[in-house]
Order: sequence, then C-alpha cells, then structure tokens
Amino acid sequence: MPTARKTSAAPPAQKKTATKSPGKKAAAAFPGEPADRLRDYYRQMQLIRRFEERSAEMYQRAKIGGYCHLNLGEEATVVGLMDAMTSRDYLFTTYREHGYAIARGIEPSRVMAELFGRTTGVSKGWGGSMHLFDVDARLLGGYGIVGGQIPPATGAALAIAYRGPGGPETEAVACQVGDATTNIGAWHESLNLAAIWKLPIVYVVINNRLGMGTPVEKAAGEPDLYKRGCAYRIPGVRVDGNDVVACREAMTEALRLAREERQPSILEATSWRLRGHSVVDPAKYRTKEEARRLHDLDPVAAYRKQLLDSGVADAAELAAIDSDVEARVNAAVEFADNSPHPSPDQLFAHAYATPVANAPAELPGEPLISEIRRDRSVAV
Amino acid sequence: MAIITYRQALHDTLRSELLRDPDVFLLGEEIGVFEGSYKITAGLLTEFGPERVRDTPIAEEGFVGAAIGAAMLGLRPVVEIMTINFSILAMDQIVNHAAKIHTMFGGQSKVPMVIRTPGGGGQQLAATHSQNLEVWYAHVPGLKVVVPATPADAKGLLAASIRDDDPVMFIEHLALYNTKGEVPDGDYVTEIGKAAVMKEGSDITIVSYSRMAAVALDVAKRLEEDEGISAEVVDLRSLRPLDRETILASVRKTNKAVVLEEDWLSYGVGAEIAATIQEGAFDYLDAPVRRVAAAEIPLPYSKPLELAALPDATALVKVIHETLDATRFHG
Repeated sequence: MPTARKTSAAPPAQKKTATKSPGKKAAAAFPGEPADRLRDYYRQMQLIRRFEERSAEMYQRAKIGGYCHLNLGEEATVVGLMDAMTSRDYLFTTYREHGYAIARGIEPSRVMAELFGRTTGVSKGWGGSMHLFDVDARLLGGYGIVGGQIPPATGAALAIAYRGPGGPETEAVACQVGDATTNIGAWHESLNLAAIWKLPIVYVVINNRLGMGTPVEKAAGEPDLYKRGCAYRIPGVRVDGNDVVACREAMTEALRLAREERQPSILEATSWRLRGHSVVDPAKYRTKEEARRLHDLDPVAAYRKQLLDSGVADAAELAAIDSDVEARVNAAVEFADNSPHPSPDQLFAHAYATPVANAPAELPGEPLISEIRRDRSVAV
Repeated sequence: MAIITYRQALHDTLRSELLRDPDVFLLGEEIGVFEGSYKITAGLLTEFGPERVRDTPIAEEGFVGAAIGAAMLGLRPVVEIMTINFSILAMDQIVNHAAKIHTMFGGQSKVPMVIRTPGGGGQQLAATHSQNLEVWYAHVPGLKVVVPATPADAKGLLAASIRDDDPVMFIEHLALYNTKGEVPDGDYVTEIGKAAVMKEGSDITIVSYSRMAAVALDVAKRLEEDEGISAEVVDLRSLRPLDRETILASVRKTNKAVVLEEDWLSYGVGAEIAATIQEGAFDYLDAPVRRVAAAEIPLPYSKPLELAALPDATALVKVIHETLDATRFHG
C-alpha cells in the first residue's frame, strides 16, 4: 500500500480552479457552490455518461467480453460521492464501477483498456469490467460477487482503527453496495462487526429500486434501506441520488462521522438505472410508462438544464465540455484498442506474492513432473 | 531442542510472531477471554491486549473477510476458525476473495493472512464436526494449504505461514494437539511446499499428512522391528503446493506406494498422489498404488461406528501386506 497522500478532496484529474462568481439565479439553485465546481461536475457526469455509452457500443462490437454493467443513470450519485472522498480514503465497490474508477481520478483510457482486457488496463487485463483495481487511487476493487467486498472493506477499516485513533486527517473506507446486497449475510455480519469495533466506514447503498429485475419491496423486509443498520445501532440517511451536491454533502458528513467519531453509518442514495442490469439485458420487466418516466429522470440531462436555467453555464460552454469529453472518450477507446493483449507467457506472473517451492506453473497438456519434462518417453 | 506438545508449539509460535511483528494480530471466536476452544491462545490476551488478540462474534464470513481487508492494508491477521467445519461458512471469502485478490487485480494487492483451523475426526463429534475438508482448499490456486503432523512442523510452518505474503490455510488436527515431539529452539521457519521424509526405507513408500502421517510413522517403525519390512514415510506437509518430486523420488526407490489419508476416498488427496505416481513413476511401479482413506459416509457418533469409518494402523498394515504380497515380496 502507498503511504497516505495529503491532498485536497478532489482527485487529480478534476482540479478545482479559481471561480468566477455565479449569478443570483445560480446562488438560488446552488447556494454557496462555485460555478467552476458545478461545471466540473457536469464534465465528470458527461464523461461517465459517454464512457458508458461507448462501453455498450464496444461490447456490442465484441471488443469487451464477459459481463458489462453500466453506471448509466447513476452519474450524479457517483460524482457527488466521489467528490466527498479524499485521496487517502479507500473505496471498495461492486461490479458496476466504471464511473467510480473515473470519478476517483483514474484515466478513462486505463479503464477502457481493462474492459478490453489489455496490459495497460488498471488490473493489467486480469480483472475486466467487474474487477477494476488501482492501488494508487486507493480503489481497492470492483468485486464481481454480490456483497463480496463488504467484509474486506470492513477489515480495511479495522486496519485503519488498528493503526491509530480517529481524527479529521485520518483515513476512512467507503464500501459501496447495491440495494439487493442489503439482504445477504455478509452485509449483516459486517455491519455488526463495524458497530462493535467502531470502525471508520461508510456503507453506501445505491438504491436503483431493482436487483436484476426484482423490486426492492419484494426483496427487503425493510425496504427503507437506510434503516437496515437499526439492529446494530448504525445510523443511516437517505439522499436523492440525482442531486450531485446533496450526495456530496451527505457523503462528507458520513465520512466525517467515520473519521472523527469512528461511527460507521449507512448512506442510501436513491437512483434510477436507465437501462438493463447489464449490457445484454433488454429490461423487459419494465413497463412502457416506466421507461418513459426514466427518460425524464435522466440526471445528466436534468443537471444540464439546471446549469443552463440558473446561468451557471451557457450552451456554448457546455458544448465545449461535451466536445472535450467526446475527444477524451474517443482517445480512451483508441488507447485501449491499440494496447497489447497480455502474452500467454505471463499466465503465472501474479500467481503468488511469495514464491514457494513446487508451485505448479504448467499449461494444459504439459507434464507436471520434471522427469517427464526431461524425457517424455517416461510417460508412455 | 525441547520436547513440547503440538499445542504448545502453536501457542509459542503465535506469541513469538506477535512479539516479532506489530502488524501481526489474532482474531477469532473465543480466542481471548475464553483463551481458545483448544487453548492455543491461552494467556495471549493478557499479554498483548484486545486489539491484537481480538475476540469476534460468531460470524465466520464476516471476520474471515475482515482479515482479508486488513491484510490488503498491510496487516498480518492470523484467524482462528474453531474447526474446519465452520470454515464452510466463510467459503466465499476464502475461495472467491482471499484466493483471487492478488492474481485478479494484476498483482497490485497482497493478502498476507493465515487461517488456522483444526480438522479431523475421532473425537465422537459426529458428522458435522469431524470432517477433513483440506482437499476443498487444496484444489484452489491462490491458496497455500499446509498440514503439519509434528510439533516441529507446527512451529516452523506456522512461522512461515505468518511471514508469507499469500493467504495460507493452516490446517491443524484435533487429535494432534496433545502429541509431543522435539522442537528446535529460537527462530525456526520451515519452507512451505516441501515434503519431509519422516523415515527412510527401501521396500514400500507410505505417503501421508497431518495425523495420519503420525500413524504411518508408528506403523513403519513397527513393521521394521516386527517383520523386517523397510517402509519409507513421506509426510506431505503442504497440499498446495504439492511436492511431487519427493513423492516420486521415494517411489522410484521402493517401487510400491500406499497413501494413508483421513479424508474421504473419492476425489481425495490420495487420488492426486496416485495420479502423480502413475504419471511420474509408472515404469518403476511393481504394484498398483493403494489408498487407505475414510469410509464414504458422514462420520457417526457411536464409537464402534466411528472407529469403523476412520482409517487406522490396522487398515494400513493390511494394505501394505496386500501390496507387498502382490509383488511376491519376502522381507
């Protein structure tokens, strides 16, 4: 692990610059928010939006294999949450995590390269879409098993607590899960551990109302998911996941609780998955009316309108951002496509962290036994 | 060199590793105030405090997973799972996470953790508390699985496991805790992945591990004294990685092999050993490789039934004789 880097709350790729003073309308719509920051949120949301749309396209063109889950519809949630985290905080997340990686400051090209399975990918082509990892960005994994990240995230918080008392400059852990994950045993066991050990962790529940196709109300005995820590005296709040500033504020407070008071908490962000569970899911379980309504709940379009209406940005400024984003996503695709595939001779490169005697490293069809390697006739 | 029990060797090694490295800490059910179900951690809470000897609630998936996360941040957790039977509750964390994280994330994160847990039958604990599930873990690349048979290896392999940067399943045996043996003094580390020849011999090879290796050694000594049969005993010590070369070197010398294992026969450790031998020493074999394993039934409570189900010295002697007879061996 790298030592903690003491920097501002913003990941490197989204440095905040001096702001011009917003107009009165902006002040009313976004009290106290610098215009440049608001525009930067738009840039990040649009970057995630276009990255994910291009990912779907690349999946359909078979450039991306396996499963591919998109953050479409969750852009405001992702950007708001990630802006509240500092570079010293750790993030454990799910298999729907491309946007989190980008908002954490990882170059989109390295994320796209991972989706393409190339050596330049964040996980060197070993993980794919569901398993993004970047030790420097302290993104400690996308996890493909639903809820598999919860106990390790809780243990990361235990390691922080093991090393010293809390305070405003200390590290904290964000453990992001989906709504359906609050029904698994690992969730409840981990919440209990975090409560009795007073761990610096925020359990972030992205409630997009659907498991794959099962509604929250049919899966959870307590469908108000922010209340699901009650049995462990873990407080929770619910925030509108389409409100980027509200997400940031709620996450900032949850992280403060974790850092300074060593109080674990639940932050539920309500959100809408604009498309199916994964790229290949046509979402037939949704009615036409629901699909139409989702269109109106598109957080990127809504935020764009808010910026224009409040005068924070004009159409030309947003068009310039769109154009920059487009270039960046195009460059990411190009970078991924031009990057090398891992070589088969690297198959055992990351087998064990500590090499030990007799660790097997044979390809299918190769003899395990050195005698046969010396003289293949021994085997016949 | 002192003669101490397997239990004492484990206890002393945990203590010395806690003293050696402040990143080492212990966690598990009832290891602190209660001093461990099998008293391996006796006295350690008093000496090292509740941060480093951490009692957990009954939540195997939760605390094994928590150890993974702590290890990812550079600590060296040593988890005690009360028995191997309960490790099944943590299977997702062990197999899908501990075993995968280093490889799946391109080598960016190590998971330097140890899961200590006793397995084995023979204590009249009945079906759910008497299992030998080591082969489940030995099947999984990314894990290391060690199975010490002697107090010396309990010490040397535990020290090696704690200092290793990969997840290690350290599988003890309930019936070995009170066994005694010579243990080297001071800092003593045994290399993981190397089998040991416990006793040299020229007539037949017995391959075994954990408690059954101790049984095999007794049988070999007795056969030598009583019948002049020279049996070589290979103690695997590590199931993953598996030291195939040591097994084969022995079989190429003795030309006969029997595997003694406490797990169930089908798909068990012995199957892997027999396959290894036919692949690497086919031309050297004078008889088929035989396996002496547990009867394929959930282990019963009733003592006569339990004894009937478990492999033992009598069964091993019988199979050794059958193997030798098949080669018209005359000691």
